Amino acid sequence: MLFGYEWDLSSPLAFAISILPILLTGMVVTIQATVLGFFVALVLGLVWAVLKAAPSRFIAWPARVVTEFIRDTPLLVQLFFLYYVLPEYGIVLPAFLTGALALGIQYSAYTSEVYRAGLEAVGADQREAARALNFSAVHTFTHVVVPQAIPRIVPAMGNYLVSIMKDVPVLSVVTVLEMLNVAKIVGDRTFDYLVPLSLVGALYLIMTLLASGGVRLLDTWLPKQGIPLK
Amino acid sequence: MHWTQYLPPLIEGAWVTVQLTIYSTILGAVLAFAFGIGKLSSNWAIKAVSVAYIEVFRGTSLLVQLFWLYFALPLAGMAIGVDLRLPPVVAGVLALGLNIGAYGAEVVRGAIQSVHQDQLEAARALNFTPRQTLWNVTIPQAVPEMMPSFGNLAVQNLKDTALVSLISLGDLTFRAEQIRNFTQDSTTIYSMLLVTYFGMALVLTGLMRALEAYVSRWRTARS
Repeated sequence: MLFGYEWDLSSPLAFAISILPILLTGMVVTIQATVLGFFVALVLGLVWAVLKAAPSRFIAWPARVVTEFIRDTPLLVQLFFLYYVLPEYGIVLPAFLTGALALGIQYSAYTSEVYRAGLEAVGADQREAARALNFSAVHTFTHVVVPQAIPRIVPAMGNYLVSIMKDVPVLSVVTVLEMLNVAKIVGDRTFDYLVPLSLVGALYLIMTLLASGGVRLLDTWLPKQGIPLK
Repeated sequence: MHWTQYLPPLIEGAWVTVQLTIYSTILGAVLAFAFGIGKLSSNWAIKAVSVAYIEVFRGTSLLVQLFWLYFALPLAGMAIGVDLRLPPVVAGVLALGLNIGAYGAEVVRGAIQSVHQDQLEAARALNFTPRQTLWNVTIPQAVPEMMPSFGNLAVQNLKDTALVSLISLGDLTFRAEQIRNFTQDSTTIYSMLLVTYFGMALVLTGLMRALEAYVSRWRTARS
């Protein structure tokens, strides 16, 4: 029994049906971690992108090194680092928050590149026009550059959302009860790993196919709204 | 313990990580070409198998695939009466290679499709068979196009090898975990671990750049 649901080991099909609610409970945690991690990646990635575009090389260069370092080291190790090292300095976060933070930090290195490409895609003539209309630098950024950059970055960000979802099982190593961890616990208790793990694979396939279908829909819908993606 | 005493076990683990990366990248490259070309095949059966492989391994999480191969496959084998218990190193290389191969297959497909139509028509005019066209015209031009993406995937693969520590394979991360359990010196050991992975990624990036220059040499030779 897990989360109040009994399993039925009479046949593989009955077993699969009986543990589905348990796995769906885990799926909720997977989705929560994905959304929170994605949010952190979006915010932190924008910070990196702005720092990397800074006119001073004393700001831009360290930001570039840091994002390269984040991009070139494994999520698992970053997660261990946050989970075991932060408490030594008095920062004790729940496992779920640490995990979402690790996901967000890892993917911020990737999203910062998406922002950079999106911002560069807005032509210099746009900035010049804003300047001719006497817009301030901040006003130009918020009212001219960003509204044009956002539609360009949406599809790429969507792909990273799917990637984050696929990396959530890594959080199981710090005791987060996401879908894979729940399936593993069911396997540990029933000695049958085949059904729970296969079911997790199938559920993942459904989740990613739905999510990438959504991204593709945006890909076709945005140009129809008169917003070019390239 | 002084931090230098951590080095021998870490180096031992790093060597395992290097081997895993090499083997799974080679396996991934072979699978990428096989299924990337397969996805463009006119034979519907080959095409269906390739699409299924790519969708399944890109659509599910690597850790799920790794656990499935290590924990679930032996049970599936038992059900049909075959011993499918894999040693951790085989499960690890297989999972990593299958996963990165699926991503690579899309890169191979994209690069092959990017070869200009004129080239194929010219090959046809010269009476090349489809096989000759593929090997002598399409692939040599497509490979340099793939290299930047392959470089990213190789680094991705190196990072993913850390996950095999979860099926008790003694790689770099596994050794570091052992030392941490022993000494509780988290800050030092994880900092060393991050720096080691970063260094390995930089070397790998350099090697992939060199390989890219090597396979693209006909381009510069011609001009």
